[in-house]
Amino acid sequence: MKWIKTIFSSDYGMLGVLILLCAFFSWITFEEQQPEGEIGAEQLSQSIAGKFTEPGRVLIAGRKTDSGKAFTSRLNELLLSNGWNVTGVVQGGPIELGKGLRAGLDGNNSIDLLACEQYFVQLAVLENFRDAQTGNSKFQVMAPQSSHWPNFLKTSNLLNVANQIAVIAILAIGMTLVIITAGIDLSVGSLIAVSAVLATWIIRECFGGDESTIAGMVTGCGLAILACSALGFFSGSMIAFFGVPPFVATLGMMMVGSGLAYMLSGGLSVYQLPESFDWLGRGDDFAGIPNAVILMVFLYLLAHIVMSRTTVGRYIYAVGGNPEAARLSGVPVKKILLWVYAGCGALAGLGGVIMASQFKSGDPKYGLMYELYVIAAVVVGGTSLSGGRGKVFGTLIGAFIIAVIQNGMNLTGVQSYTQKVVLGVVLLLAVLLDMLKKRGWKLSA
Amino acid sequence: MSTGNKYLLELKGVNKKFPGVHALKSVDFELRGGECVALLGENGAGKSTLIKVMGGAHKADSGSLFVDGVEQHWEKPTDSLDAGVAIIYQEFNLVPGLTAAENVFLGIEPADFGWVRKSEEKAKVEDVFKRIGAEIGPNALCDSLTVAEKQLVEIAKALVREARILVMDEPSAALTKKEVEQLYLLIDDLKERGIGVVYVSHRLEEIERVADRAIVMRDGARAGHLSKSELDRAKIIEMMVGRKLENEFPEEERTPGDVRLRVKNMNLGLKVQNVSFDVRSGEILALTGLVGAGRTETVRLLFGADIGDAGEVELDGKKLILRNPSDAIESGICLLTEDRKDQGLVLGRSIRENFGLPNLTKFSKKGWVDGHTEKGSFQNYVEKLQIKVSGHNQLASQLSGGNQQKVVLAKWLERNAEILIFDEPTRGIDVGAKYEIYQWMNKLAKAGKGILMISSELPEVLGMSDRILVMKEGELMGELNNGPDVTQETLMALAIGEKAEQAA
Repeated sequence: MKWIKTIFSSDYGMLGVLILLCAFFSWITFEEQQPEGEIGAEQLSQSIAGKFTEPGRVLIAGRKTDSGKAFTSRLNELLLSNGWNVTGVVQGGPIELGKGLRAGLDGNNSIDLLACEQYFVQLAVLENFRDAQTGNSKFQVMAPQSSHWPNFLKTSNLLNVANQIAVIAILAIGMTLVIITAGIDLSVGSLIAVSAVLATWIIRECFGGDESTIAGMVTGCGLAILACSALGFFSGSMIAFFGVPPFVATLGMMMVGSGLAYMLSGGLSVYQLPESFDWLGRGDDFAGIPNAVILMVFLYLLAHIVMSRTTVGRYIYAVGGNPEAARLSGVPVKKILLWVYAGCGALAGLGGVIMASQFKSGDPKYGLMYELYVIAAVVVGGTSLSGGRGKVFGTLIGAFIIAVIQNGMNLTGVQSYTQKVVLGVVLLLAVLLDMLKKRGWKLSA
Repeated sequence: MSTGNKYLLELKGVNKKFPGVHALKSVDFELRGGECVALLGENGAGKSTLIKVMGGAHKADSGSLFVDGVEQHWEKPTDSLDAGVAIIYQEFNLVPGLTAAENVFLGIEPADFGWVRKSEEKAKVEDVFKRIGAEIGPNALCDSLTVAEKQLVEIAKALVREARILVMDEPSAALTKKEVEQLYLLIDDLKERGIGVVYVSHRLEEIERVADRAIVMRDGARAGHLSKSELDRAKIIEMMVGRKLENEFPEEERTPGDVRLRVKNMNLGLKVQNVSFDVRSGEILALTGLVGAGRTETVRLLFGADIGDAGEVELDGKKLILRNPSDAIESGICLLTEDRKDQGLVLGRSIRENFGLPNLTKFSKKGWVDGHTEKGSFQNYVEKLQIKVSGHNQLASQLSGGNQQKVVLAKWLERNAEILIFDEPTRGIDVGAKYEIYQWMNKLAKAGKGILMISSELPEVLGMSDRILVMKEGELMGELNNGPDVTQETLMALAIGEKAEQAA
């Protein structure tokens, strides 16, 4: 029991939970993996080179799928360059394979090797062909070797997890700061919609829609982020100057924002955008890592540095921990509150821009209920709702815990309704842990 | 009147310790049915702790408590009520959004399966209100009642629960003269019915009127007992302050210099009225008075923590504009607040961060905190002030009171302030740390700083200061040059309202 307490008492206690979750989902999605496409082709070509000292006549077979086509074309390329005589390339099923095999038997020349995907190895047509070819004992069939690896841990899946959580994680940075000041911001979900609609609307109305230049797109997105920041600033001023409770001030802003997004778009999607608009949301220019994920990592590093190394970070913690003591120490409490809410708005605006880019359109329905997921990420990440305590990297871990649970449940075929129940329970457990931690692991009186 | 040997309420040898403070030292207390006993003592003498033990809010570390001669072992807060003890705290325990009747019956509503029998409730409340002479409609919202009316609701609450022991903490503090008269009549009436009343107050003239006898507390112990015939103010004061003065305070020769801080006609509603004084370089000026006299409110104005209605503050002849604490800090004024936990420190953050908070302009370049300089500087103070810490990242909440106060002192010393205001600098601090803080105050005064010290502890005021200001109810009652002729009795007399000979 004691070590459990120690782990959860530390600042990044939830990291252990994340690792456990990853291990769990790796374990239950551990399956035989067939190397497919180009990777399969490369692997197979290497094993062929190891087995045959001299090249001979080869037939290549792949299915009619995208990866099947990638497989055959890449293998064809590789074997030709190794000096093989490729008698034909089959793309399809048993019938096409049979035809290919017969066509390959050219007079005295037999086929030495069938290089194919795993799918073809078991086919009956192959057995028939072997029986008919008793004379040729050299004939061999080779397919890429299968291996065992969890579906969850495939690179593509992990990148998918990261990309799917990027928007929520970026919003959660702002929310972390707000919650550290002992506040809350319910408006971030609808600010996503405001930003997505406003950015695409500006591009359509002012920069010629799908004809827009890059400068036009940047301007549109920048203005949208600025507008969201201004809305956050407004909530902040209600809170700082008039003492409106953050819950109420941002609840109002949530409705205002949602309404504005519908007004501006007329309830319809704005989709008149250039092809390149999806660069931020779908592009992966750097080592196959999605651009949104890179942006997310960059922002987390930045936020971490601000919170741990700058005066502003210190002041944010102090304002949340004890506003009166902070004020009496000369901290500009109101100014800090204003900028924290403005920053949270700006990050929500950025999230909206990314989302518009992902879907290549702006829609007022974006971001619905996102505030709840964002708050959940912050809370699961160990930031105390009573303020003054929390770490941005904790929030990143919280966001990933949510993403991993969702992804893992998708991979194992859990219904989406059940997923919500599980996420809700996880959130409750996280808050419970926070409470216990604060009380020194005692139940309330 | 039932006066027998059997006490209605009796406490024997009650001890209570808090971290760093021995709040109650083997205290005895006894109350008979039908009498009113006054519980007296200075601030911090242990009265509040004692009545909390009577009400079951605090559990005594040792000692026993009897009601009607039966020893009590209370577990829940309601147990004491069931035994017949009701406490009426200064801060009333009423729900503002409920009606008077609903408050009176809160928790014991006459009800069938959750349905409140409203007419019965109303009838009973009207009956109780009539008994205590309260002219309150049962349906009046508690929000809309005056302080006196709220008090009556509290008393009604106690009577409905058939309390036989009524403990009232400073009941007259916020009442008008007429309301206080009515309260006396009510207490007389309650006594007639055999109810025992414990009356906690600072106001000595009331004691003479209302109490049958008095028990005096000092430094957590029972200092003595005064019967009705002995109840006069001279005796009471002597017993309240009669503490032996040991060498608690460092001896230091100081020579006050020029005026550094000049405060003119500060005003804030009724809390601070026309307060003017000077603080000289190299002197310690004490500001004393009873709790609620407006001392803290006055210095909060000097610090820009609150904005007054009028008044001027000059530092070294220059008029200051104080819109917020930052302005005051910039000008060189700092305030060590009375309540370290709520106002002095951010308890959930590390001591180094707390230390750095007002000094970050010094420890940062273009917004980047230079952790290295900050650490070095803090370490310097840890050694100089002998702060006992396990490391710089220790949370402020984990330190003892004395060490917390030293962290607060360190943060202002680093700020190099010219005027230091200490609000109850030694409250809740152990003796050793007290002495060290006194030494620092001396050292700072010697360095030419102006020191203003608020304190309720008269020995501290007499032992440390060069001049003494006494406040009462928002007004300055007098200014005294500290000397052998100034005694605790003189100060106490001023604090409770005898302006007489000092007014000139």
